[in-house]
Amino acid sequence: MTRPAGEGLSVKIRAGFADEAGSPFSLDVSIVVGLGFTILFGSSGAGKTTLLDCIAGLRAPQNGRVAVGDSILFDSDARVNVPPNRRGVGYLLQSLALFPHMSVANNVQYGISDLTAPERQKRTDEILQAFRIAALAQRRPGELSGGERQRTALARALVMQPRVLLLDEPLTALDAATKSRIVADLRAWNQDHRIPILYVTHQREEVFALGERVIALDHGRVVAEGSPHEVLLRPELETVAQLAGFENILDASFVAAHPEQGTMTCRVGASPLELEVPLVRVDAAKPLRVGIRAGDILVSTAAPTGLSARNIFPGTITALTQRDVMVIATVDCGMSLEVHLTPAACSELHLEKGRKVWLVVKTYSCLVMEGGE
Amino acid sequence: MIAQALALTLRLAVTVSLVLLVLGVPLAYWLAFSRKRWKFFVEAVVSLPIVLPPTVLGFYVLVAIGPLSPFGRWYQSLTGHGLAFTFEGLVVGSVLYSLPFAVQPMETTFASIDRKLLDASALLGASRWRTFWRIVLPLGLPGVITGVVLSFAHTLGEFGVVLMIGGNIPGATQTISILIFDQVEALNYAAANRTALLLLAFCFALLATLYGLRRRAAWNVWGWK
Repeated sequence: MTRPAGEGLSVKIRAGFADEAGSPFSLDVSIVVGLGFTILFGSSGAGKTTLLDCIAGLRAPQNGRVAVGDSILFDSDARVNVPPNRRGVGYLLQSLALFPHMSVANNVQYGISDLTAPERQKRTDEILQAFRIAALAQRRPGELSGGERQRTALARALVMQPRVLLLDEPLTALDAATKSRIVADLRAWNQDHRIPILYVTHQREEVFALGERVIALDHGRVVAEGSPHEVLLRPELETVAQLAGFENILDASFVAAHPEQGTMTCRVGASPLELEVPLVRVDAAKPLRVGIRAGDILVSTAAPTGLSARNIFPGTITALTQRDVMVIATVDCGMSLEVHLTPAACSELHLEKGRKVWLVVKTYSCLVMEGGE
Repeated sequence: MIAQALALTLRLAVTVSLVLLVLGVPLAYWLAFSRKRWKFFVEAVVSLPIVLPPTVLGFYVLVAIGPLSPFGRWYQSLTGHGLAFTFEGLVVGSVLYSLPFAVQPMETTFASIDRKLLDASALLGASRWRTFWRIVLPLGLPGVITGVVLSFAHTLGEFGVVLMIGGNIPGATQTISILIFDQVEALNYAAANRTALLLLAFCFALLATLYGLRRRAAWNVWGWK
């Protein structure tokens, strides 16, 4: 059953679909996935799951071609459509879909029923060992923890020795420690098998933790490709900026350039506020967008003086909410900005709703983009 | 006489529920998973016996299996006797009459199975046939059992269809409910009372067992949630 290593996955899809709510959306994607981990990154509704469904054969696009190495799984021109049960694609559905009436061992053996009993047992034992669930072999999925269920689903997909592995946000619900242990085991498995692994996520942290290569998908299109740093840290496109955690995205218009200082001034929306941002080559007539991460904004309870930062805005706190170890403040300073603080900072400064504060934004914390639609 | 009628009734009920197990499961599977546009038509036909008076159903079945219909003639040429007023004729009528009681619980449980499990089965290389036996049937088993038990109980108590198709021939078509009717007609209330009580007790015991088992989730032997 061992297949020759070194076969990449190539996918070309151009098709319209209806989403879960029934509204139409289109997918227009051409990607090549090499051996090892590739991250498919995008917000929900970007078309990630639909793309995986097309690769696995659960959906057939009107136009497209899916191939692993030389073997064609789908080709609309040649009228080839290999059914999902003969594609040899391992696919971890987001819901995992473990069979509730079968033990872990029977779940794992489900896909290798064509092997002889001793061979089947051997393969099952090996994979249960590799994913550290041998002790749970006789349990039912209902008796497992989240991490154990993930491991079972991974073992079930991999015991078939698939040619490609597709993972649809498999670890999103797990804590960081469990996540990284499972990923380490998956990497170890892939050292021996070397297949393309397409890993779908909408979480930035996962992209940095896993990715050798990232493909960013938005509205059914590939908007960026490259290393995690290339894709996430200097996004040129607004869509990627939103994905990459720029909580504040402001409409702005060009006012004046200061080439000798490497900066320019732009006006935010209809407000009189002017923002100093890094100089980029933009069309002065076109609208701009400025992205500012909520964690890059400083809060002061007194008017700050003697600061290097160029953008200082007085404003009023309109909302304060705590999420985990972070406080999210919404500040109205002519425009509404989201600011992230630590709970300690929040209580030391006696921040509360209605309090007057000053926001400080460094010029180089502002990312300037061409305006949107 | 009671023993003979009871034996006949039980034989009819067992035959009908077995036939409905064999016919009902594929029909329910198709109704649960098909995306055919004319599915609603089949659903309406299957549900008809719930709303139709048994006499209407019985009348049409009698005409359909009678010597004037093509089906009746074909059956007669095959076996040498007609279907009307025979045990086999009763089976045909009762199967049609109890069809919705068998199919609907099966269809409901099949339809409630998470489709992702069927996708997962296909992704693991299973054919539809294997997916049916390993996933759909085990997970839909409570509905299959309910359907079979309901059609059994429903056949035990049916009257109108049996009277229309089978008449009242002791040992051949006289079921318990017909016997009670016969005894009341003859003003033999004591005998009618004994027979009625027997049927009542039997049906109650059957349903109590069914719901008792379900309440204890004894079919839920796999322990899924």
